[in-house]
Amino acid sequence: MEEVKPQLLKITFDGIEVEVEPGTTIMQAARKIAEADESQGHLVPPAMCYYKPLPVSGGKCRACLVKVSAGSAKDPRPMPKLVPSCITQVQDGMIVENTTNQAVLDTRKSIVEFLLINHPLDCPICDQAGECHLQDFAFEHGSVKTRYEEERRTFDKIDIGPHVQLHMTRCILCYRCVYTADQITDGRVHGVMNRGDASEISTYIEKAIDNDFSGNVIDVCPVGALTDKTFRFKNRVWFSKPEDAHRDCDKCCGKTTVWYRGDEIIRVTARKNTWGEVNDFICNTCRFEKKKTSDWVLEGPTKVKRSSVISANKYRKDLVAKPDFALKLAASQFKQIDDSRPYVTDEDTIRHQSIENNDKANHRSLAANNN
Amino acid sequence: MARKILTEHINVPGIETFDVYRKQGGYTAVEKAIKTMTPEEVVEEAKKSGVRGRGGAGFPMGMKWGFLAKPEGVPRYLVCNADESEPGTFKDHHLMKCIPHLLIEGMIISSFALGANKSFIYVRGELMYVIRILEKAIAEAKAQGFLGKNILGSGYDLELVVQPGGGAYICGEETALLESLEGKRGNPRNKPPFPAVKGLYQSPTVVNNVESISNMPWIINNGGDAYAQIGIGRSTGTKLISASGHIKKPGVYEIELGVSVDEFLNSDEYCGGIRKGHYLKALVAGGSSVPILPANLITKTAAGEDRLMTYESLSDGGFATGTMLGSGGFIVFDETACIVRNTWNFSRFYHHESCGQCSPCREGTGWMEKVLHRIEHGHGSMHDIDLLVDISKKIEGNTICPLGDAAAWPVASAIRHFRDEFVWHITHPQEATQPGAVYMGEMVLG
Repeated sequence: MEEVKPQLLKITFDGIEVEVEPGTTIMQAARKIAEADESQGHLVPPAMCYYKPLPVSGGKCRACLVKVSAGSAKDPRPMPKLVPSCITQVQDGMIVENTTNQAVLDTRKSIVEFLLINHPLDCPICDQAGECHLQDFAFEHGSVKTRYEEERRTFDKIDIGPHVQLHMTRCILCYRCVYTADQITDGRVHGVMNRGDASEISTYIEKAIDNDFSGNVIDVCPVGALTDKTFRFKNRVWFSKPEDAHRDCDKCCGKTTVWYRGDEIIRVTARKNTWGEVNDFICNTCRFEKKKTSDWVLEGPTKVKRSSVISANKYRKDLVAKPDFALKLAASQFKQIDDSRPYVTDEDTIRHQSIENNDKANHRSLAANNN
Repeated sequence: MARKILTEHINVPGIETFDVYRKQGGYTAVEKAIKTMTPEEVVEEAKKSGVRGRGGAGFPMGMKWGFLAKPEGVPRYLVCNADESEPGTFKDHHLMKCIPHLLIEGMIISSFALGANKSFIYVRGELMYVIRILEKAIAEAKAQGFLGKNILGSGYDLELVVQPGGGAYICGEETALLESLEGKRGNPRNKPPFPAVKGLYQSPTVVNNVESISNMPWIINNGGDAYAQIGIGRSTGTKLISASGHIKKPGVYEIELGVSVDEFLNSDEYCGGIRKGHYLKALVAGGSSVPILPANLITKTAAGEDRLMTYESLSDGGFATGTMLGSGGFIVFDETACIVRNTWNFSRFYHHESCGQCSPCREGTGWMEKVLHRIEHGHGSMHDIDLLVDISKKIEGNTICPLGDAAAWPVASAIRHFRDEFVWHITHPQEATQPGAVYMGEMVLG
């Protein structure tokens, strides 16, 4: 039987034409553009909740809203509202505006604001910092100041088990961890409780999450709400060195990224693609128990995303070579320390000055204090 | 007296029982539909009638039925949305409580039209006693052969299930209702796919309001064309209006669409006017979600025409000078009502009822409520007003379901029409926080 090739659909995304298969979402079409030409990476809408390996995820964070200025070749009317690009399927002849539409950019800015008003902004002590999608998103689209004056919301702390640390205040309710537990583990014990801005990720009556694949919720979490207890406060991610590694595992594929500090493996994660999505989910044994180099077969340094701070020294390397403005300024203001002055304490100076000024009252009080 | 379709027999003693309802001509429409008509003909009558969804959006019911996908071998469902929880709206509650058989008769006809063999009535969880009334009525209808297997010997089977909800406002949104009915958390779904293609249990589903479905017996008995002759233009038929607030006679009224707002508000047949010694200040015409209108825009549109109780006339002028008929929650405010406090109250409701799934609504509703709380309690500053407008703009249209819009509209419209009052609250925090203090231009009550 002859295989029928599906008719490719042509869409225009920010003025760039791309042909994709039917059923592709706008987001995937944009990623296809960026994968073909790396310089177009900035065109791809940000995804805070959408996660390709997890079907039915997406549509919740509204970070990826785009303007469809022509629905299709057949029906070229624009769509009345902005649409979530992660779940909207393309039509032939669709014209999408993302970075070229000011309304889209304004909305994106407001989504950052909404996500951050109740976020603790505790990046300096957060283990996710450096590989946090919210950080990237806020850096690219957010504003410097907040208009939020109220107290930020907090939650009661709960312990969800020996491996995973839950910081509910950092959560942006993307539901990825819920879908992970639904789709790759048996017997989900955690979910979203309450509603509105009181919604929280929680386990059934504080039950511990205990499952061979539960650690994957750490990888899918875009923020620092779910972090690795074995890696807590150990190192900043940009000071650790990721290496691709694999081992023979009877539960999972065994293909991971191991993160080194010196010669010590400080954590193990699944391998992620350019978009921060895991290629294959890994089991808890690989993730939490295999922390010796002898457990692993190393494949070489992990290729990290161009914009990632994990790339540490690779990050904007070109700029480091040139002395920048601050250095020039410091050089122009540089003065030698005058060593000729006698070495005196502050107290001596004050006493000296007060005597000089003939301020007897001051002198007396100082003398009284000294006695 | 205006013509009554839904509430004609509502005051007959014992109308909640099958026998009395049957004596008043009940269930004749079921007999007519099932014995003499095909499902397509019933759908055609609904289309002809032009009856529009009474839940708030006002989408033509016949058209909605026409969109229902009919793949082979897949069950289809009809779900009646009785999760009425919009502040200011209490018509479905009244209808189900007083005349439950009307809804059941409508459900049988509608299910027959759509080819559904299992239909659901999703009732708001707070109304347990109404659920018992409905269940009793269903048992009676079943005993008389109008429900169950082989209805009236036609070979058509229908099972009717009453499902109590958990009392969440969001479950009145049709996809959230379906999620809840499936036993999940009541989060609205992303659309498309629409319920007409993939609804309950991934099967084609129609979700209709109680009042819309209750119109069906009359439409079958009298014909869709007769129904379309009532009302004006595309607003056909009658509508239940839940009137509340500072009026002489609050209650549920059935009006022919096209009655003027002035008549509805002031005639003795309906609201009977503003309570004695007071005058009209503002009006919410269609439940708390729709924009509030100031006194000068209520009885006349901005163009100077009489404003009528129709979908079109109430929305005349867009949101700048108009509002919406919505679900018919007619809330009247006289001059003693503080608009800031009222807006805060509405905002508090939406903050509490947001499902928390998508970010603009989850964070924005809470933020708006906090800012309004601050203004109401004398801690506001002038930039808060523009902040509120900006937040409401950023929520509107960017959410999964219409709850975000519903939360944004009252705030935006209150500031649009009553900005002075907000400013006064900010500039006079001492006076504004006195009990009963209300801004009235130059004069201050309280």
